[in-house]
Parts: sequence; structure tokens; C-alpha cells
Amino acid sequence: MALLSVNQLNVRYGSFRAVKDVSFGLDGGDWLMLVGPNGAGKSTVLNAVSGGLPFAGSVQLFGRDLRSYRTQELARRMGMLHQSHQITYGFTVREIVELGGYAKKRGPGDSGAGEPEVSVESALRATGLTELADRSVLTLSGGELQRAFLAQLFVQNPGILLLDEPANHLDLVYQKQIFELIRAWLGEPPEAGGESADGSRAVISVVHDLSLARTYGTKALLLCRGETAAIGTISDVFDDTVLNPVYDMDVRQWMSSLYKPWA
Amino acid sequence: MRPVSSAKQTRIILIVLPVIALITGFVCVCAGSVAISPADTLAVLHSALTGSPLPENIPASTASILLSVRLPRVLCVALTGASLSICGAAMQGLLKNPLADGSTLGVSTGASLGAALSIAFGLRIPFLPFSAASGMAAVFAFLSLMIIMALAWRMDHTLSTNTIILIGIIYSMFISSILSLVVTFASSRLKQITFWTMGSLSGSSFRNAAVLAAALLICGGILLSLADELNAFAVGENEARSIGVNVRRTRLTVLASVSVLIGISVSIGGSIAFVGLVTPHIVRMITGPNHRKLLPACLFGGAVFLLLADLAARVLLKPLELPVGVVTSFAGAVVFVVIYYRTRKNF
Repeated sequence: MALLSVNQLNVRYGSFRAVKDVSFGLDGGDWLMLVGPNGAGKSTVLNAVSGGLPFAGSVQLFGRDLRSYRTQELARRMGMLHQSHQITYGFTVREIVELGGYAKKRGPGDSGAGEPEVSVESALRATGLTELADRSVLTLSGGELQRAFLAQLFVQNPGILLLDEPANHLDLVYQKQIFELIRAWLGEPPEAGGESADGSRAVISVVHDLSLARTYGTKALLLCRGETAAIGTISDVFDDTVLNPVYDMDVRQWMSSLYKPWA
Repeated sequence: MRPVSSAKQTRIILIVLPVIALITGFVCVCAGSVAISPADTLAVLHSALTGSPLPENIPASTASILLSVRLPRVLCVALTGASLSICGAAMQGLLKNPLADGSTLGVSTGASLGAALSIAFGLRIPFLPFSAASGMAAVFAFLSLMIIMALAWRMDHTLSTNTIILIGIIYSMFISSILSLVVTFASSRLKQITFWTMGSLSGSSFRNAAVLAAALLICGGILLSLADELNAFAVGENEARSIGVNVRRTRLTVLASVSVLIGISVSIGGSIAFVGLVTPHIVRMITGPNHRKLLPACLFGGAVFLLLADLAARVLLKPLELPVGVVTSFAGAVVFVVIYYRTRKNF
């Protein structure tokens, strides 16, 4: 069974059709990269699939209509890591991570984090935050903060992770950490994952950096002005004849010239 | 500021704060324009509770001051302080805005207008156990919330917190202007209207206290049960949604509970400013922002804060009595600036 199958997805903002007839599927172990120029509709697709936007078309999550899920139930199946976080109050890192247990909470007073499959401690350990567990999140760097929210997702333990530019504004070292942590979560699970992931997990991410997308993705969906320009494996989509018309430039030549000095 | 360790915090909330509130309440019963010794106070309370006759050395007037004036007043003050503070804390979490409270949403101002209108037009509601002003205040508090939510809904179907705050502030200003208009035309009743806009609990009865206690039990109980949801909202609305919080239902439940509780508080004590805004800030310095600790601590912290303010209102210029709202505004504003300055961005 496909973890996620999206058919003829359409999203409108007023009279503007932001996403037109987009279809794709997601199997266990897939990391689907949503790529395309600015305004292509990448984030809109992600938000619609997360249940955060009204849409037309069909989205089947674990074989069931997305719209039939209650919010808490949905959070057990799918979790989202946002691009950045505006922090107002000084919660501790541990409190942020513990909130991941909410989806399993049964009623008031039950924190849900009592016996989750992934304990708060192991999520903290996996993301290297054990030392920072009692620090206020107001004192964290952007990369540490993003790791705290990733640890929260580990505790939430959904089947599908949705990532909206998860490392966009982060330093290289944090960028690498975040992507490696997600790859580990998807494939060979880290200590955060507990038992083997056995192909029951998948990731969709919006990524601007085509090099990152190419390195970490297993599939790609190339969007252009809300329409599907290409979909398939990474090598299908990252092909000159496919990419160049969409970006209106010679992508390979530009990328090679960027990375040549590093060789 | 670094919050103290978790186990210690729970101890503070469950033992220390209620004890402090109890002691403060007792002091407030003793103190006043006529000071009554703690021993006499205890004796009167004991005789009232057990039905035994008063000791002979205590005059009946003392007992009557204590039982029919001070005790109901102190109870009402404590309950109002607790109610306003838990509402302020809940709204600051829900709207992720440290400046939110009943007046930010326009709920308190709306309630004041209701009371002022009924006074200005000399409204009387027959066969009801409360005054027309109280009834109108509670109705207007709830109406205000409905109007604000309806306007916010028309502007933005997601009911985002920014929209709610913006409309709340504009609504509040608009209602204030109408309030001024009412005062201009009803200058003969200025003193009565000022009572509502300034806030005072001088005429409180045991019946008022019972109404407040019931409202606090129900609405406060609902808010306490939503502590996790409020934590999620205080981190962010999007984050709350992605961990599985039903954001729209939570928001409606919290706002409805808050407006009912504030409406009833205002209907009894008038619009008492700054309690709901400042108490959560002071309490957060001890408990941190986690609503599981913050909300219960605000109940007791708010009671203590308003008890002290009411005591000051009674004794500072005795025998003249100040509206308690004047004291809370004065003290609250100063305290707020100090906290804001000390913690800067760290709420």
C-alpha cells in the first residue's frame, strides 16, 4: 500500500490557481523532493497535503481520505517541520520535545509522553540535545532550535515527514546535521527510531538547493507555475532536457562551475 | 531568567502559593478602617462556623463588620484576582502575545459599556437576583467577544491571532469613545459609572462570591484542562496544528471560557485593569511558561495581587476609599515596566 497517494490536486487562492492537477505517490523509504523556481507552488502542495489548506482532488493517506482524519489522528500519521520558528516564551528544550507526545494523548492530564514509542530522552540524544535539555529555547541558535523541533517530530513518530525548507537559513554544519538526521530516520533508524523503520516511513521536502535535493532525494517532483513539469526518480528529473527549460538556464553548467573550485 | 527545577516548582505551586494566599486573605480581613486583632477575627470566624455564641469581649458590631462586609469582600477580591489572572495567562498563551488580556480583546471595555448604559438609562430588571448593571456587563462582555470573533472571521477565515488582537484593540478604542459619550450625557450619574470603569469590590456580598466561585470552577477548570493545548499555541499556531492540536476548537473554547469568566468578574467588580496582564508575567518568572504550572500558580498569584491592591485601596487614604482599579493600574504599570525592562525579550 502506498503511504500517500495524491490525485489531481488543485489549490486556489481566490481566482488564482496556485496548483493545477498535480498527482504523485509515496512509498516506504521514499524521499520526495519538491523542486522548481519561486512561485512554482512547492510550499502550496506541501501545505495542502498537510491538511493546512483547502484543496480539490484526492489525497489518500495510508489508504484513507486525508479529510476523514481528525487532527490528532492525522498527527500520528504525518508531521511537519516548519522552515523557522518565532519564539516568544522561554520554554525549555525538553518541554518543546515533550509536546511531540500530544498526538498520542488521550485526555486532559495525560501528557501522552508517558510511554511513546520514541522517548523524549532518546529523541534528545539522537539530535544531540541532551546537554541543552533544560535550556530556554530563547537562548538557542537557529540550528539548535531546528534540531529541537526535529526531536519533537521524532517523539511524535509519524509515518510521513513534511519538511518546508528545513535547513534553508542554517549554517552549513547544521544543514548537514538536519539532512543526515532525516536520512537516518528514513533509512537505518537512529536510536531515536527504536525498531527498524522497515519501509514504513517517507519524507516530502521543499528544497531550493538543487544539490541538496539531488544528494538526499530518491524521487523528485518538478513544478513550474503550479503544474507538473516532471516527476520520477532523481535521475529522471535531474536531466538537462527537463531542468533547463523550467529554470530557463543551463542548470548543470551553472552547478558545475559553482562546485569546480572545490574539486 | 532561569526557572527553578521542576519538582521544586510543583511544591511552590501546591503548597506555598495557597498558604500565602490564605495568609494574605486573613490579613485583609483583619485590616481596614477599623483594625480588628487576629485573635478577635479568629474568634468571630470560629463562632460563625460552629454556631457557638460570640465571646463577650467582642462587640456585635465587630462581628458584623467582619462577617457581612469584610469577609465577602475579601472572598470576592481573591476570586476576581484569580479569575482575571488565569484569563490573562490563557490569552497570552493562546494569542502568543505577552500583552494580551481582557482589555486587549475589548471584553472588559465592552462589559463596562454595558454597565454604564444601564446606569445612564436607569435600567431595572425586575425579579432577578442581580442588578441591571451586572446583567448588562456580563451580556456585553459576551456580545463583545461575539462581535470581535465575527469581524475577525469575516476578515480572515483562519481566525489568526494577529487579526483577533488587531480587531480587539480597535474595538476597545471604539467602545471607549462610546463610553465617554455616555458619561458626557449622564454626568449626573458619573460617580456610579466611574465605579464600573475603575473597578471596585466595596459592596460585595456572599452571593457575589458564590457566583464568582461557580464561574471560576467551570471556566477555570476548562482552561486548566487545556494546558497542553495552550503550551502548543504559545509555541506557535502552525506548530500546534502539526502536533495534532485542533486549533480552531481550542481557540473557540478558550475564548468563550475567558469571556464568560471576565464578563462575570466585571459584572461584580467593574473593569479592574492590569491584574490579568501583570500577574502572569510575575508568575512566569517563577514557573516558566509551561501552562501546567503557570495556570494554577496564576490562580493564587492573582488572588494575592488583587487582595494587596484592595487592601491598599482601603487603607492608604482612610477613611477615604480608592477604586481598586486605580491601585492596580498604578502598581501594575510600574511592575510591568520593571519586569519588561529586566527580562527584555525573555518572557
